[in-house]
Amino acid sequence: MMSLNTQSDEEPMARFKPVGEVINMSEKREETIAVQPKFQCRDVRVFYGDNEALHGIDIEVAKTGVTALIGPSGCGKSTFLRVFNRMNDTIPTARVTGEVLMDGENIYAKHVDPVLLRARVGMVFQKPNPFPKSIYDNVAYGPRIHGLATTNDELDAIVEKSLKRAGLWNEVKDRLKDPGTGLSGGQQQRLVIARAIAVNPEVILMDEPASALDPIATAKLEELIDELKEKYCIVIVTHSMAQAARVSQKTAFFHLGYLVEYDETQAIFTNPKDQRTQDYITGRTG
Amino acid sequence: MTLVLTALILATIAAAFFFGRHLAVARTGAAVSASFSDRAHSLPAYHGYFAAWSVGLAAFVAVAVGWLLRDKIEPSVIAVLILATIGLGFAFSYRKIGPRFRARNIVEGFVKAVLLLCSGVAVLTTLGIVLSLVFESFRFFEQVPIFDFLTGLQWSPQTALREDQAGQSGAFGAVPIFTGTFMIMLVAMFVAAPIGLLIAIYLSEYASKRTRALVKPMIEILAGVPTVVYGFFALLTVGPTIRGFAESLGFGVPTQSAIAAGSVMGVMIIPFISSLSDDVINAVPQTLRDGSYALGATKSETMTKVIFPAALPGIIGALLLAVSRAVGETMIVVMAAGRAANLTGNPFEAVTTVTVQIVSLLTGDQEFDSPKTLAAFALGLVLFVITLALNVVALLIVRKYRERYE
Ligand SMILES: Nc1ncnc2c1ncn2[C@@H]1O[C@H](COP(=O)(O)OP(=O)(O)OP(=O)(O)O)[C@@H](O)[C@H]1O
Ligand SMILES: [Mg+2]
Repeated sequence: MMSLNTQSDEEPMARFKPVGEVINMSEKREETIAVQPKFQCRDVRVFYGDNEALHGIDIEVAKTGVTALIGPSGCGKSTFLRVFNRMNDTIPTARVTGEVLMDGENIYAKHVDPVLLRARVGMVFQKPNPFPKSIYDNVAYGPRIHGLATTNDELDAIVEKSLKRAGLWNEVKDRLKDPGTGLSGGQQQRLVIARAIAVNPEVILMDEPASALDPIATAKLEELIDELKEKYCIVIVTHSMAQAARVSQKTAFFHLGYLVEYDETQAIFTNPKDQRTQDYITGRTG
Repeated sequence: MTLVLTALILATIAAAFFFGRHLAVARTGAAVSASFSDRAHSLPAYHGYFAAWSVGLAAFVAVAVGWLLRDKIEPSVIAVLILATIGLGFAFSYRKIGPRFRARNIVEGFVKAVLLLCSGVAVLTTLGIVLSLVFESFRFFEQVPIFDFLTGLQWSPQTALREDQAGQSGAFGAVPIFTGTFMIMLVAMFVAAPIGLLIAIYLSEYASKRTRALVKPMIEILAGVPTVVYGFFALLTVGPTIRGFAESLGFGVPTQSAIAAGSVMGVMIIPFISSLSDDVINAVPQTLRDGSYALGATKSETMTKVIFPAALPGIIGALLLAVSRAVGETMIVVMAAGRAANLTGNPFEAVTTVTVQIVSLLTGDQEFDSPKTLAAFALGLVLFVITLALNVVALLIVRKYRERYE
């Protein structure tokens, strides 16, 4: 992990809390540690060329659990998701300003290598994108490039564990050498989740992961997300209100590049404070 | 005279167009009715085209017939004949044009026929060339057994100096020629494949948009240099340089050698490989790159472990196309590879290729049914079969690979 938090194992991040937070924490210390945020975004703006797509986002994302990003098409959900693993860096015109603290450290600081960051923050895309390699090689790809296994047995173990956790092991254990592109859409999506899990990330970002799946595959995927949320910080973009309500604990509503409302999922769906949120979730806009 | 006639006929055809269109407007009314039953079938312009085609065809036939009979009939009679036929064309259109007349379908049919005719010419030409190759090759194989030709190690078709000289038919073992061709191809690919591929990788993955827009056309200029220029570059610059270098190391090397011709040919085919491979690499979906980057892979890891393997079939196709190009190339090897049919594995020696031998067999004056000239057809046939096979395989691979991502 980061070199900054080696001093105290118990509560490594406390030193980097903003003052206000620390005062808050002293009131209800036990609980605050549990919900200590994974990410803190401060005035995050993303530009494509001269066009500002996100206008100053402030948000905190919890260490575990599922955070859903919802909002009408083109409001900047995908753009914001890519902020967390600096995938916007791969878009030549894109520029990000503001601060994104991950475990208290700014991931946009000069010394942070996005390649190392992305090993800690995995991503699952809208359309399953397995490499044209075998199922095994797809999952082993990340561990190999990061040198996570020293022997073949260790690699086998990582692959098996990841596939099991992604709920795909039983379906593919006898054909690990078959091409990953030959699986069904739902299986492919679980394969790329296994691929992401295999590098042992702390965060998994998902951009409309179910949009190419049928209802049964979607149900399986949601089940998987439900299990993963115990261990991982999951941020998911979805167009399905029902899905957001089912899988997430927190929901953020985006509109035209602004973060309009961010609250417990329950609260957003039963008692939205902003008119725009209400219109969107009741289907009057978007 | 011919010019005036042509202009006149063209003017008549144009007149026929306006005549037909005007007639259509007059007979059907320019306004388009909404219901199908009382609406003219075709727009006025199609009637115009129909009239123009009728008159044009009539004029063409009349002129052709007149030209064939030009010695037998008085010119004035021919002129009258042509005018009469053209008049018939007008009369035919005059009778046909009307609201119910399907001028559009007929005009479209005409256009289709003309297009078919054009492609037919190309196909028939190809067929004719292939047939003549096959036919002449058979005549050659009547005199020299095909087995001797394909497996013989000795090639000296030039031995016949006089009709009565012993061994005048020469030796037609083509193996040294094939090995020479193969070796030059190898040298060329040895130069072109790595450089071309690295250029493609640079252009598609590393270069900025502006660099790419600048560099790509500049590399493609290489493909536009006339091969004869490459030829004398190989002969006058590369060959002597290699010889000088070898001599400084104490080896005797001829100016004309496989390595001189092959390396220059390699430079020539670099743009083929780089530009085809660049397309192939670009066709690898962006989602695969994103997937790799999102796992924390670097650019070079993504390139070598994901993109390159995904693009490999297409890249092999590109290389095969380049090989077929190298095998068929003539000018460079004629100038820089030499004509001696040495059976050797040493790229520093002079070798000869299929194309060089065809050139030297057919240049100079001789009768066209001696085994010596017929051998050129046999060589040509072999060359044709090889490049055709290479092209077919390469295109199949490239196409299959394209479909995979669509
Ligand atoms: N690569 C890009 N270059 C330029 N502009 C972009 C790029 N990607 C996104 N944008 C712009 O940024 C804005 C936000 O796009 P984004 O893809 O984040 O929306 P989204 O909320 O994910 O929409 P959707 O629900 O349709 O996926 C849009 O106006 C879009 O046009
Ligand atoms: Mg999106």
